[in-house]
Amino acid sequence: MAEPTTVREAVAVVDRRAGPGARVRVRRIAGSVLRYGVLLAVTAVIVIPVVYAVLSGFRDAPQLAANPVGLPNPWVWTNYTDSLMSASFWVQLRNSAVVAGLSTVVVVLFAALAAFVIARREFPGRELAYTVFTLGLLFPATVAILPLLILVRDLGLLDNPLGLALPEAAFGLPLTIIILRPFFRSIPKELEDAAALDGCGPLGFFFRILLPLSRPALVTVAVLAIVASWNQFLLPLVMLSDAGNWTLPLGVTNFSTQYTTDTARIVAYTSLAIVPALAFYLVAERQLVGGLTGGSVKG
Amino acid sequence: MATDVGSSSRTGRNLRAWGVAGLFMLPALALYALFVLFPIVQAARFSLFDWNGLEALDKFIGLANFERALADPVFLGAVSHNAFIVILSLAVQIPFALGLALMLNRKFRGRAILRLIFFAPYVIAEVITAIVWSLLLQPNGLAEHLLTAIGLEDAYSPWLADTDTVLIALFFIITWKYFGFHMILLLAGLQGIPREIEEAAAIDGASRWQGIRYVTLPLLGPTIRVSVFLSIIGSLQLFDLVWVTTRGGPVNFSNTMAVYMFDRGFVRFQFGYGSAVAVILFLICFVLALAYQRWVLRRDTEGATTYG
Repeated sequence: MAEPTTVREAVAVVDRRAGPGARVRVRRIAGSVLRYGVLLAVTAVIVIPVVYAVLSGFRDAPQLAANPVGLPNPWVWTNYTDSLMSASFWVQLRNSAVVAGLSTVVVVLFAALAAFVIARREFPGRELAYTVFTLGLLFPATVAILPLLILVRDLGLLDNPLGLALPEAAFGLPLTIIILRPFFRSIPKELEDAAALDGCGPLGFFFRILLPLSRPALVTVAVLAIVASWNQFLLPLVMLSDAGNWTLPLGVTNFSTQYTTDTARIVAYTSLAIVPALAFYLVAERQLVGGLTGGSVKG
Repeated sequence: MATDVGSSSRTGRNLRAWGVAGLFMLPALALYALFVLFPIVQAARFSLFDWNGLEALDKFIGLANFERALADPVFLGAVSHNAFIVILSLAVQIPFALGLALMLNRKFRGRAILRLIFFAPYVIAEVITAIVWSLLLQPNGLAEHLLTAIGLEDAYSPWLADTDTVLIALFFIITWKYFGFHMILLLAGLQGIPREIEEAAAIDGASRWQGIRYVTLPLLGPTIRVSVFLSIIGSLQLFDLVWVTTRGGPVNFSNTMAVYMFDRGFVRFQFGYGSAVAVILFLICFVLALAYQRWVLRRDTEGATTYG
C-alpha cells in the first residue's frame, strides 16, 4: 500500500514546481470555456422542449400558429384549467399510481425473497435459477405481448390494474434480482449466524435483519420499478379498453390524437403529465443516481 | 461448510436447503413462469398457426409465417431500420454520453445541477417525449420558427415526415431521452477508477488525452460494455417512440420490428403471423446477447458495474 502514498507525494512535488504558470492557466481557461460551451448547448437542447411545451400550454391556437417563440401574450389559462378540472386527468393519475404501487410492491417483495436465497444460500441449482432470471432481461414485454394479452384475458384481468401490475412486476424481476443480489451478499455471514443462535430462522433473518439493513438497495429498486411502471405504454395500450382505466401515458396519447388540431390543449395536457414524473425525479434522484453510482463503486 | 459429513446427511441437508430455497423463490418463480416464460413459449406455438386470435387455434401451417416474414420487404426493411438505430447508438450516442461523463467527472461549479438536468429525460415517458418532439418538429412548430429567427429558414424541413430523414430524426429523439442514462452509468464507472492511477499517468508525462485513451478508457471497459449491451437491446426493441410519432411511416420508412409486429398482430389481427415476427425479434436479441456475453462480456467479472 506504499504506492499511492508515493504517487500522492510525487503529485505534490510536481504541483509545487510547475506552479500556476501562465501557459497552463491560459490552456485551462480555454478548456473550461469549451467545456462550459458544450455543456450549455446540451442543457439548452434538454430544457427547451420542456419549457416550450409548458409555455405553449399558455397560448391559444392563433398565438401558437403566429408565434410559438417567446412568452405568451396574453397568458391563456384555460388549457391548463380545463385539463385540471376534467375528471379524466385525475382518474388517469390515480390509475397510474395504483398500477405503479401494486407492481412495485410485488416486484420488490418477490425479488427480495428470491435474491436472498440466491445470494446467501447454498443449494443445488442456485446458479441455474439465477441464470434463468437474468435471461429475462432479454425478454421485454414487447416480445410476448400477443400471448400476454391472451393470458391476461383468460385470467379475467383485462381492464384491471392487476392485469398490468402483475406482468410489469414479472418483467421487472430480472433487473431487481440482479441489483439486490450483491447487496444481500455483502451483509456479513456473522450476523446471520448470530441471529440463528438467538433462534432466528431464515424468514426472521430476512424480515428483521436483511431487509432493514438493505433499505438503500430496496429504495433504489423500488424507484426503478416505479419509473418503469409509470412510463409503461405497450401493456396499457393492449390491456385497457375502458377509458376509465387508462393510465397517464395512454391518456396523453389518446388526448393528442383526439385533439389533433388544438395543439395548445395537447401540450397543456402533456405538460401536466410530465409534472408528477419530474416531481418524483427531484425527490428520488439521489436514490436513482446514487444507487447506480454506489453499486458500481462497491463492485 | 467445511465440516465432514456423511453422504446420507449431506443429501438430507441438500434437500432441506433446497426446500427452504424453493419456498423463498416460489413467488418469484411462479410469477416469472406465468407472465414471462409461458407467454414466450406460447408465442413460439402461435407462430406455427394461421390464427386471428379469436377462432380456434387449428390451422397449423408449420413455418409458413416465418417464410412469409423473411420474404416480406417491409419486414426486412424494419430489421434494417433497427440495425441502423443500433449502429447510430453505438457510433454516436455512447461516445457522446462518454464525452459528457468525462466532462462531468471533474469537479466544477454547477456539476450537480447539470447531472440532474441531463438525466431528467430518462424519467419522462417515451410517449410524452414523442408527443412533445412531434409538435416541436412539425411545420410551423418551434424548430421552424427558431431556424427562421436566425435566418436559416431553408434549413428546416419536416424531418419526421421525410423518408430520407425520419430515422435520423427518431435517433435524435432517442438520444435526447437516453444519453443521460448512459452518461450516469459511465460516470459511475469513472468514479470507480482511483484518481491515483490517472495522476500517475500524468506524472509519467501522459497528456490529458493520452491519459483518457490509454488509462481511463481501458479501465472503464466493463462499464462501456454494459452500456453498449443495454443500448443494443433497447434499440432492437424500439416501439413506443415510433408508434406515437410516425407509426412506422412515412411509407414504412421508420418501421421497426416491434412496430411491424404490433401492426400485424393487433391492428390486422394476424396473431399467428405477429407471433412469428415476435419470435424472430426474440431470436435476434437472444443470439446477439449470447454472442456478446460469450465474446465481449466474458472477461468482466460479475459486479464490475451495478447492471452487470
